[in-house]
Amino acid sequence: MTTMTIAKAINEGLRTALTDHPKSLLMGEDIGALGGVYRVTDGLIGEFGPDRVVDTPLAESGIIGTAIGLALRGYTPVCEIQFDGFVFPGFNQITTQLAKIHSRSNGNLSVPVVIRIPYGGGIGSIEHHSESPEALFAHTAGLRIITPSNPHDAYWMIQQAVQCQDPVIVFEPKRRYWLKGEVDVEAPGRAGDPFEAHVLRTGTDATIVAYGPLVPVALAAANAAEEDGHSLEVIDLRSISPIDFDTVTASVQKTGRLIVAHEAPTFGGIGGEIAARISERAFHSLEAPVIRVGGFHMPYPVAKVEEDYLPDIDRILEALDRALSY
Amino acid sequence: MGTHLPSTEFDGTAVDDQREADAEAVMGEPPAQMVQLLGPDGKPGFDPVFTDYARKLTPEVLRGLYADMAAIRRFDVEATALQRQGQLALWVPLTGQEAAQIGSGRASQPQDYIFPTYREHGVALTRNVDLAELLRQFRGVSNGGWNPKDTNFHLYTLVLAAQTLHAVGYAMGIQRDQKLAAANAAGSGNPAAEPAAAVIAYFGDGASSEGDVHESMVFASSYNAPVVFFCQNNHWAISVPTEVQTKVPLSNRAKGYGFPGIRVDGNDVIAVHAVTEWALEHARQGKGPVLIEAFTYRVGAHTTADDPTKYRQAAEEDAWKAKDPLARLEKYLRSEGMADQEFFARVKADGDELAAYVRRTTHDLETPDIRTAFANTYAEAHPLVAEELAWFEEYSAGFAGEEPAEEPARQAVTAQASPKAGH
Repeated sequence: MTTMTIAKAINEGLRTALTDHPKSLLMGEDIGALGGVYRVTDGLIGEFGPDRVVDTPLAESGIIGTAIGLALRGYTPVCEIQFDGFVFPGFNQITTQLAKIHSRSNGNLSVPVVIRIPYGGGIGSIEHHSESPEALFAHTAGLRIITPSNPHDAYWMIQQAVQCQDPVIVFEPKRRYWLKGEVDVEAPGRAGDPFEAHVLRTGTDATIVAYGPLVPVALAAANAAEEDGHSLEVIDLRSISPIDFDTVTASVQKTGRLIVAHEAPTFGGIGGEIAARISERAFHSLEAPVIRVGGFHMPYPVAKVEEDYLPDIDRILEALDRALSY
Repeated sequence: MGTHLPSTEFDGTAVDDQREADAEAVMGEPPAQMVQLLGPDGKPGFDPVFTDYARKLTPEVLRGLYADMAAIRRFDVEATALQRQGQLALWVPLTGQEAAQIGSGRASQPQDYIFPTYREHGVALTRNVDLAELLRQFRGVSNGGWNPKDTNFHLYTLVLAAQTLHAVGYAMGIQRDQKLAAANAAGSGNPAAEPAAAVIAYFGDGASSEGDVHESMVFASSYNAPVVFFCQNNHWAISVPTEVQTKVPLSNRAKGYGFPGIRVDGNDVIAVHAVTEWALEHARQGKGPVLIEAFTYRVGAHTTADDPTKYRQAAEEDAWKAKDPLARLEKYLRSEGMADQEFFARVKADGDELAAYVRRTTHDLETPDIRTAFANTYAEAHPLVAEELAWFEEYSAGFAGEEPAEEPARQAVTAQASPKAGH
């Protein structure tokens, strides 16, 4: 066991992936000498050289489109998109090309491209630097989407993404890049299946599902609720596509109440999908409607008011109060 | 040359003249005029660089180029007829562009990889793609239809210009493969087995307006990727003329990216072959990308859903028909005594046979089971796909023993819902 931040864990995970897989490579803006704007690729160009850590021109469609070509030639590119809001110039390549090449080739071609996107708010930044666009990609068949919430998962999940034969988008919770935790670099342990949800805390009165940046918030809310005498189960979803509904269903069958929390706007978000599925799967176990806690239907607001936008402990506890009132 | 500008405001000196000269030496000086080696009258032309390439074409090769062009034109007529008879959902005709496609496709080598757009039926022929398989997409039984690994001819791409970036990435992969092969060879003492290869990215004058074409040229130039951009300027992006896409010859744009751009008479199969062979050699030798603009004309409609009489003049069409790629090569072959009446009769008979094969096999193209779509959405197992497939199986089993739905009524609804125009 060793202690490191999420950013360092991803850096170490990429280092291991580059070492283990000679045909993997990193691509993105500023990922070379600078080590990425968040320094996630720090030092890698010195170890692996500019053919494996490729500083690209400033063009997101170009990064993803050429990564697709490299994958068709047998390589596994890991693309870094600098910020969530900058993925949209590459949206066409991701949704119309990357997601569909395996299907439209009748399974003859695979494009194991990994796309890393630092996402979410809470860092006091400016426009287009704080968004959570995961639902827009989850809606597209052919993509897999994962989001680690702690360093151990971050270390292993990036390597599992590189090994996966499908395209994988890794949404990295940027405000948690400096969150420290223990990493077992010897064995993945519970991180074994990146598409499996983890029950982080068991409880009996209600279930909270969260992922990425909101996992620590959900845990803190559960601790606060415990002081009020409520026992909450907390699930870290980890995978946004596919979603591990079995784990969520089993939890709701036990607790009877479900709250889903994410930073992305509530309308049309992942929370709605979970609410719908759970009402189909566990309707008779539910004591209350599934309640969603998320962002508002507005462009991500300016940094000075983002505290009012981001779901926090109190917003989750308010949702719990509503769930318990039925 | 214009005024030399410093590359950054912090650059205290003028631009390094030697670097500029080196760049010119690498690029070479592409010809200022359109390359033409066979005029519309069937008379040979001359070019200081490319005539040498043309001289390598034996009478047998020239007859083969003619036979290919005739075959693909006959195929095009047949596919159009099949669409009119309701056997294909849509057809994208290529008549007029046979020389651009056959000339460039025949100049490629098996190890080269081709990224087409969706009109490159002639290139497909030169890469030995089964033309019946090529019709799968247009018949609506596949979104692809052939395995690109068999022929190094990629699937058609309907989103304009997306494939130009895939081509550059693939070319970047070739560069890395060559380095890996060289390193392995150095380690083992054996010479590198990897043959030098290049990539061709096809696109049209309409697609040249897409951002992906720009980004692909930036990336290709940045990494000196072995890629040939082959733009078929057929003068119309559905109803919008080239003049709306560009104020300068498209081949001139290459200069801005720092690699050679060549305009070639796209209706002159000999010139297209020569220029493409030169460009592929240039790329395979590590000298970087080339842009070829094949100046040609889409004689028919953009697709079978299009009506060109609404936006262009018959006089323009007639002027281009006078430059017909097949007619001019036929004149040349006859005047030089390289082909006789028997040859042309045999080509026609072969074309009819190909058309009959395509007609026969199109009817027989198998409609897939939707379970193949479940199977191919992901490369690895996926719980949501498994869950939805299980539901589908159970739902389908509920209809066991029932009569199938009224097919004519269903067809009528489908026909009504069909889009009238694509790209």
